[in-house]
Amino acid sequence: MVSVVVFAIAATVVLGGAVGVIFSKNPVRAALSLIASFFGVAVLFVIQEAHFLAFVQVVVYAGAVVVLFLFVIMLLGVDKTEDLEVEPLAGQRSAGVLLGLCVLGLVLGGLFLSGPGFGEDAGTKTEGAVALTGQQTQSGRPVRFDESLLEEGERPPADVEGLAADLFGRNVLAFEATALLLTIATVGAVVLVRNKGAEGIEIDEPGTATR
Amino acid sequence: MQDPKQDFLESNSSLDLGDVLLASGKGVVAFVVLLVSVMLMVWFERKVVSRLQNRIGPNIAGPFGLLQTLADGTKLFFKEDIIPTRSDRFVFQLAPYLSLVPAFLTFAVVPIAGDFSSGDGRVEMFGRQTFIQVADVPIGILFFLGMSSLGIYGIMLAGWSSGSKYPLLGSVRASAQAISYEAALGLSLAAVLLVSESLRTTDIVARQAGEGFFGIVPNWNVLVTGVIPFVVFLIAGTAELNRPPFDLVEAEQELVGGFHTEYSSIRFALFFLAEFMNTVTMGAIIVTLFFGGPSGPNFGILPGWLWGFVWFFSKLIVLLFTFVWFRGTLPRLRYDQLMNLGWKILIPVSLAWLLILGGIRVAQQPDAINLTSSAQANTYIVLGIAGVIFCFCTLLLLAAVSTARRERLKTEGLVAVPMEVE
Repeated sequence: MVSVVVFAIAATVVLGGAVGVIFSKNPVRAALSLIASFFGVAVLFVIQEAHFLAFVQVVVYAGAVVVLFLFVIMLLGVDKTEDLEVEPLAGQRSAGVLLGLCVLGLVLGGLFLSGPGFGEDAGTKTEGAVALTGQQTQSGRPVRFDESLLEEGERPPADVEGLAADLFGRNVLAFEATALLLTIATVGAVVLVRNKGAEGIEIDEPGTATR
Repeated sequence: MQDPKQDFLESNSSLDLGDVLLASGKGVVAFVVLLVSVMLMVWFERKVVSRLQNRIGPNIAGPFGLLQTLADGTKLFFKEDIIPTRSDRFVFQLAPYLSLVPAFLTFAVVPIAGDFSSGDGRVEMFGRQTFIQVADVPIGILFFLGMSSLGIYGIMLAGWSSGSKYPLLGSVRASAQAISYEAALGLSLAAVLLVSESLRTTDIVARQAGEGFFGIVPNWNVLVTGVIPFVVFLIAGTAELNRPPFDLVEAEQELVGGFHTEYSSIRFALFFLAEFMNTVTMGAIIVTLFFGGPSGPNFGILPGWLWGFVWFFSKLIVLLFTFVWFRGTLPRLRYDQLMNLGWKILIPVSLAWLLILGGIRVAQQPDAINLTSSAQANTYIVLGIAGVIFCFCTLLLLAAVSTARRERLKTEGLVAVPMEVE
C-alpha cells in the first residue's frame, strides 16, 4: 500500500516534470522541471531499494549536470523567452515527434512482448539488475530480502556491495576504459577551447599588473 | 499459487502505525532541535566575533543577549516584503525554500545521541530498537553529498531570478565555488569511507568507538586517516558553506549583498536561517565523520544514550567555535586564489592521500600480492613506492602549472621575451 502511494506521487512528479521541460517557454524553468523529474526518478529507485542508484541520480544529474545547464543559460544570457514559432532547423519538430513515438513504441513493445513481465519467467532479471537493487531472486522473480534469515544483529547486504563487486570485479576493464575516455574528452575540450593568440580574458594575476 | 505481484506489493507494506508515528515524531523533534540550535548559533557567532574584535556583542535581549535572534527574527517578519518588478516572480519566491529544505534534510542522517561504547548505539523507543537520528539510510553519507549539491540551486536561482546584476554575479560565483570544492569534499570523504567500510553514518560512528593507539588516544577517523583528509574536508566544507574566508558570494564591497541583495523580510530571513542551519549541519557531519560522533566514555550517573548526546554536543561546540574563529581571523580570499587553492592544491592532495591509504590497505590484506613474507615489510615497501610516485607527480604538476603560466604570460606579452638583437 505504502509503496503504491509513493509510486503514484513519484510518477506524477516525473511525468509533470517531463511535461514541464517540453512546454516551459523559459529555459530556466525548463531546467527546474528537469530537476523535479530527476528527483522523482530517484524516489522511484528508493522504492526499489536501490538507494545508491537513487543518490547517484541526485548527485550526478540533479546536482551537477543541471547546475552546469543553468550556468550556461545564465552566462550566455539565453534566458529570455524565445520565439517558439521559428524552428532553428527545418523539419526538426516533426522529426522529434516521430523519434519520440518510435522510442515509446520500443519501450512499450519491450514491456508487452517479452512475456509475463513481473517475475515468473525465470532469468529475465539479470545479475546486474539484482546488484543494482539489492533484491534477491528466487526462481527469477524479485523478492524482498528475507530478514528472518539473518543472524542476530546482522544487517541485510547493502546494494553498494553488490554494485561494487560487479563494477570493480567483473566489469573492471569497461570501467577503466570509461575513465580513460572521459579523461581524453576533458583534455580534448581544454585543448579546443585554448585558442592561442586570440584576445584572452584579462585575469588579475599578482605581478602582472605592470608591464 | 499466489500472484507474485500481489505478494511483492504486500511485503512492501509491512509498516504499522507505530513506525509511522516514530518516524514523524523524530522528524518534528529534529526540526525543532535544529531551529533552536540555529537560534543559539547566531547568538554564539555574534558573541564570539564580538569578543574577538574587543566588543561585547548582543547583551540586552534576555539573559546574556540570548533572545537577540528571536527579536531580530520577529522584526524581519513585520518588514515589507518586496518583489522586484524585473524579477521572475515564481522562481524568486521558490528560491529561499530551495536553499532551506536541503539544509534541514542533511541533518536527518546525523546520529546525535546513543550509547556506542557499550551498546550498538540503539535505544528502545515505543518498543522498537532504533537509532537516535531521523533516518538510518544505507547510503547515509551520500545523502549528505546529494543535499549539499542541491543546496546550490537556492543560491543560484535567487541570484538569477532577482533580475539585477549584482545578485547574478554573486550567484555565479557561488555555484562555481561550490562545484569546484565539491570534488575535494568528496575525495577527502572517500578516505573516511575507506577505513569505515560502510556508507551508513551509524557504522562510521560505531567504528570510531573504543580505544585506539596506546589505549588513551581515541580511535577517531581524524587520526586513523592521517589528519590530511580532515584538513581538506574542513577547508572544502567552509568553502561549501560560503563562510569567511570563502564568502566572495556576498562580498559586500563588490556585490552589495551578493545573491540576496533584492530579498527582504521573511524571504531574507529564510536565507539567513538556511546559512546557519548549513553551518550547524556541516559541523555535525564533521563530528560524525572524523571525531566519533556521539561515541565516548560513559561515566555513569546519566543513562548511556544521554552521554552520547553530551559528547556529540561538546564536540560540535568546538567545531562551531572553529568556524567562527576562521571568520574572525582570516581575510577573504581573492577569486583566483580561491580557484587555485581548490583545483591545484586540495584536489591533488586529497586524491594522492586516498591512493596512499588504499595502497596501505591492500598491502595489509592477507591475500594481497606479497612482495615479502611479513605484512609489515609489505606496508613499508608500498609506502616507499607511494612516496616516490607522490613526489614525482607533485613535481609533474608543479612543472605543468608553471609552464602553463609562463606560456600564457608570454602570449599576453606581459613577460620580457628575449628579443633578437637588431
